[in-house]
Amino acid sequence: MTDHALSVVRAGALTTVQDLGRPGHAHLGVPRSGALDPPAAALANRLAGNPTDAAVLETTLNGCTVRPRSTVTVAATGAPCRVTVDGRPAAWGAPVRVPAGALLDVGPAVSGVRTYLAVSGGVAVEPVLGSRSTDLLSGLGPPPLTDGAVLPLGRPAGLHARVDVAPQPAPPTELVLRVTLGPRDDWFSPEAVRVFTSRPYRVSPASNRIGLRTEGPTLERAVTRELPSEGMVLGAIQVPPDGRPVVFLADHPTTGGYPVIAVVRASDLPAAAQAPPGTPIRFVPVRRR
Amino acid sequence: MRTLPVGVDALLVEVSSGEEARALHAELLRRRAEGSLAVREIVPAARTVLLDGLTDPDRLAVELALSDVPPAPAHARDVVRLPVRYDGPDLGDVAALWGVSPREVARIHADTEFSVAFCGFAPGFGYLTGLPRRYDVPRRATPRTAVPAGAVALAGPYTGVYPRSSPGGWQLIGTTDAVLWDHTRMPAALLAPGTRVRFVRVDGS
Repeated sequence: MTDHALSVVRAGALTTVQDLGRPGHAHLGVPRSGALDPPAAALANRLAGNPTDAAVLETTLNGCTVRPRSTVTVAATGAPCRVTVDGRPAAWGAPVRVPAGALLDVGPAVSGVRTYLAVSGGVAVEPVLGSRSTDLLSGLGPPPLTDGAVLPLGRPAGLHARVDVAPQPAPPTELVLRVTLGPRDDWFSPEAVRVFTSRPYRVSPASNRIGLRTEGPTLERAVTRELPSEGMVLGAIQVPPDGRPVVFLADHPTTGGYPVIAVVRASDLPAAAQAPPGTPIRFVPVRRR
Repeated sequence: MRTLPVGVDALLVEVSSGEEARALHAELLRRRAEGSLAVREIVPAARTVLLDGLTDPDRLAVELALSDVPPAPAHARDVVRLPVRYDGPDLGDVAALWGVSPREVARIHADTEFSVAFCGFAPGFGYLTGLPRRYDVPRRATPRTAVPAGAVALAGPYTGVYPRSSPGGWQLIGTTDAVLWDHTRMPAALLAPGTRVRFVRVDGS
């Protein structure tokens, strides 16, 4: 293997390769996938001098440790964390030069859930249907990182980082999700719709890249017959038989047979990706336009 | 036809039958191909077609309400033939549900021309329709934790083939060696929506 590579020393709880995902194949049952917090991933790429569609690492809660085989520029964004190079503190949210062979540690998230690590040149695993994203639902793309794995890197684009440091939103202490009701809100009782839009929910620890699961009051159906399978969008809030809303995130199934009570604004989903279990959620109904 | 807004930039178009969904899907693909419909995803399903990534879903909803959808064109594409051994562990249960012998289940299934109504569940998993409604079967009461790749299965009005090993609650009636999904192949999915399918019995099963 070339020296343009990254050795994985500590994979962390769940670290995956992510880019902008693989839209356009939903009719074949292929989820969109891609970074759960796209603005954070794009910022990491800009700081590392990459185009925004370069593949980055997405960590979950406890970071990861890697050793680049060549000198690279890296940047960590998203969930704030301690970053070190050979044990010495380095900047979070800014470009960092890492010499060949040095140990780069992205520490546990101080707040939030997912840290994005961009490396100059981008992670260059083989694309599948135009994307390098790991898709945990369908198993497309590279498997989640394991200790000892080696990831190829692309040639740096030769871009200089376009920013030195950039402000980033803090992870939410309360997740306010703007929703538009439908397409199947009429499958629920008026009381259930009122409960959904007025009572507090919490992020469930069972949440993952497929969906943000919730804890809170259950939603009663007005129509109890089975719903024939229909297409599902990113941000759809599906209500399974247990009555607890699930917000569909990037690796969600492309068709499903439970009614969707509402859809979350796409611009509110990055915050959902950074909300740890227990975070209070409010679903706030808004007009479509 | 009923159009339901989905979030800010998507539209769910609901029709009253699978056949109408097929016709609407064909018409929407035609409009996209001729350049009069800009959309990121067109996802057909049992009674609906989802359009995602629209710039003006409200205008499209009005347009669709005012336009006639021609019947789906006759299938132009060749039939995909899938060799199958009718050796599934649920063959006996399906035979009992249908009130016929296991051998007769195989004959009825292999004599049916199917078409892919829609995909989902996994890349390359097609929901195949074609069996008369009297052959609908329920899902297994307890889903299996692992169904092998290539398992030919029934649930509700549908037949499906598992593209890879996964948990599943469908009734398993047979096995095929066909590769349903190969992302290095063009197209990756053997069974895309609209594809006609026939199961061909092998080795006397």
